[in-house]
Amino acid sequence: MGRKVLLDKAHIEGIRYYDVYRKNGGYAAVEKALKMDPAAVVEEVKKSGLRGRGGAGFPTGMKWSFIAKPEGVPRHLVCNADESEPGTFKDRYLMEFIPHLLIEGLIVSSWALGSNNTYIYIRGEYAWIVDILEQAITEAKNNGWLGKNIMNTGFDCEIHVQRGAGAYICGEETALIESLEGKRGNPRIKPPFPAVKGVWDRPTVVNNVETLAAVVPIINLGGEEYAKIGVGKSTGTKLISACGNIKKPGVYEIDMTISVEEFIYSDEYCGGIPNGKKLKACIPGGSSVPILPANLLLKTAKGEQRMMTYESLSDGGFATGSMMGSGGFIVFDEDQCVVRHTYTLARFYRHESCGQCSPCREGTGWMEKILKNIEYGSGKMSDIDLLWDIQRRIEGNTICPLGDAAAWPVAAAIRHFRDEFEWHVNNPEESQRRNYGLAHYADERQVVVG
Amino acid sequence: MIQFSDEKMTEVRRLIARYPEGKQKSALLPVLHLAQETFGGWLSSETMDYVASLLQIEPIEVYEVATFYSMYNLKPVGKYMFEVCQTGPCMLNGSDDIIKYIGETLSIKPGETTADGLFTLKTVECLGACGYAPMMQMGKHYREHLTKEKVDAIIAECRRNAAANN
Ligand SMILES: Cc1cc2nc3c(=O)[nH]c(=O)nc-3n(C[C@H](O)[C@H](O)[C@H](O)COP(=O)(O)O)c2cc1C
Ligand code: SF4
Ligand code: FES
Repeated sequence: MGRKVLLDKAHIEGIRYYDVYRKNGGYAAVEKALKMDPAAVVEEVKKSGLRGRGGAGFPTGMKWSFIAKPEGVPRHLVCNADESEPGTFKDRYLMEFIPHLLIEGLIVSSWALGSNNTYIYIRGEYAWIVDILEQAITEAKNNGWLGKNIMNTGFDCEIHVQRGAGAYICGEETALIESLEGKRGNPRIKPPFPAVKGVWDRPTVVNNVETLAAVVPIINLGGEEYAKIGVGKSTGTKLISACGNIKKPGVYEIDMTISVEEFIYSDEYCGGIPNGKKLKACIPGGSSVPILPANLLLKTAKGEQRMMTYESLSDGGFATGSMMGSGGFIVFDEDQCVVRHTYTLARFYRHESCGQCSPCREGTGWMEKILKNIEYGSGKMSDIDLLWDIQRRIEGNTICPLGDAAAWPVAAAIRHFRDEFEWHVNNPEESQRRNYGLAHYADERQVVVG
Repeated sequence: MIQFSDEKMTEVRRLIARYPEGKQKSALLPVLHLAQETFGGWLSSETMDYVASLLQIEPIEVYEVATFYSMYNLKPVGKYMFEVCQTGPCMLNGSDDIIKYIGETLSIKPGETTADGLFTLKTVECLGACGYAPMMQMGKHYREHLTKEKVDAIIAECRRNAAANN
């Protein structure tokens, strides 16, 4: 059993409510942190080696130390709960079942950063979770953990929940800030970075839900202890949301010492592929990261066992590796069609492009159309090269990384599964006739937690 | 003329109070949600103009936002909206079939509403429930692990509720 520090209490009956959470050691991190100097809290987070869990993996302590502190200007912490990357549903789990862990993490982090008004920006579709969070905030406030002069420190802190309204791009931190200001989610040109000029032009830190929840065990254990979990620069634990063709889809906390093979096949995690099917491929870190065929997924190009760590998942770069990303782990069995899946992703990115830059706006539209043609049997061989060309022209030429996020899955699908694209072109009639069914997945599968 | 009740106005004021002085525009997204819920499930230009007046911003600022976000409906929708996810991870678990089945059962295509105004079918992109696929959103909640039988039961349940409320 791997070490758990986030979901270790998730199974306790009633942990969603304050009394149970508190009885089980909750809010100890706030008690401890508010007796420390804010700079010392930042120092612990630095020592922990925690890397942002939203996708980019940027060291959190370093990000915090960048925040500008001009005299007399309020600063803000914003929690990114937009969670919209296909394959990703871990933050939802955390907020739904142990909301106080996030609230506790937010109070500690707000103290460290000097944020008196902290915002949770949550995707609009998670409407019922808004109620759960608001309830947890009220409970925390009634017990003196939020509001004015918390624990007689003179520190005032409020947490507000802001609901989005359906736009993947609002997960990008500057788009999120625009949205929080009541505007369209158009990413800003950086610099200036949010740490200098964020929401209402004030210094702002945007962090993912899981990142901010992890601050709680970091303070409780101490940064150095936390850093002992995991390996190398992959310290601590990571939530992985596993889906697709596996026996036990769900949210798992791993301590980054296990192999990909163990994660897929062991009963403790995904439980293997159902119906005796073989593993075909996997997108290990959310829809934006490269897909890998089974052989490169389980072993790196050097023939080493691939591990569930930031370093190992990206070993080989994009030629033979992928990324940890957001931890959205999408598994394909041998019957699945990579072209069709890539087409749905291309449609997703076209739908979600904010339209500000032409390579992204036009390119995502073209990629969707071409992939649709290929998938439905009216594609040409030259379309495959055209697709390759388009994705290459998007990558690196846009204001925000959504362009790259749209280009990478297409590039990886062609790189590793070109024969499948060619099959579609060579077999137009069969391509049209193919039927996707509920197949064997109509049963109520066990959804697993922890 | 449309207007929020006193109770809803209290909520609007609570929302505005969460932002710094003069930044009431930040309340636009939540106030639009409230307006959509209150005034028939969609945002007419009258509703949007009303929201603009409440937040003391130009109507164009509201239209810009209302047209950007997928959860705001710019035309009337059915009493029950089935928003079925069609993105890759759901597709791997049969969402194409579910969309087709709902369409056939209700005799509508995605984007359409049944003649009795009861159901709207809409395809949406990943809703963060990929491990519980196939799934759809219905109002404030998710319906997950959909099967044809479950879809039948949900439709029957909606019909019963609608009949009971009439
Ligand atoms: C298109 C796009 C979508 C994103 N969506 C999310 C998201 O839903 N949740 C999230 O935490 N980060 C998302 N990010 C990353 C954020 O921009 C930002 O890096 C992150 O919230 C920082 O938090 P972290 O350092 O704690 O990971 C997205 C980035 C891009 C470019
Ligand atoms: S890359 Fe796409 S989503 Fe990002 S700013 Fe440009 S058009 Fe908008
Ligand atoms: S792909 Fe359907 S909920 Fe994520």
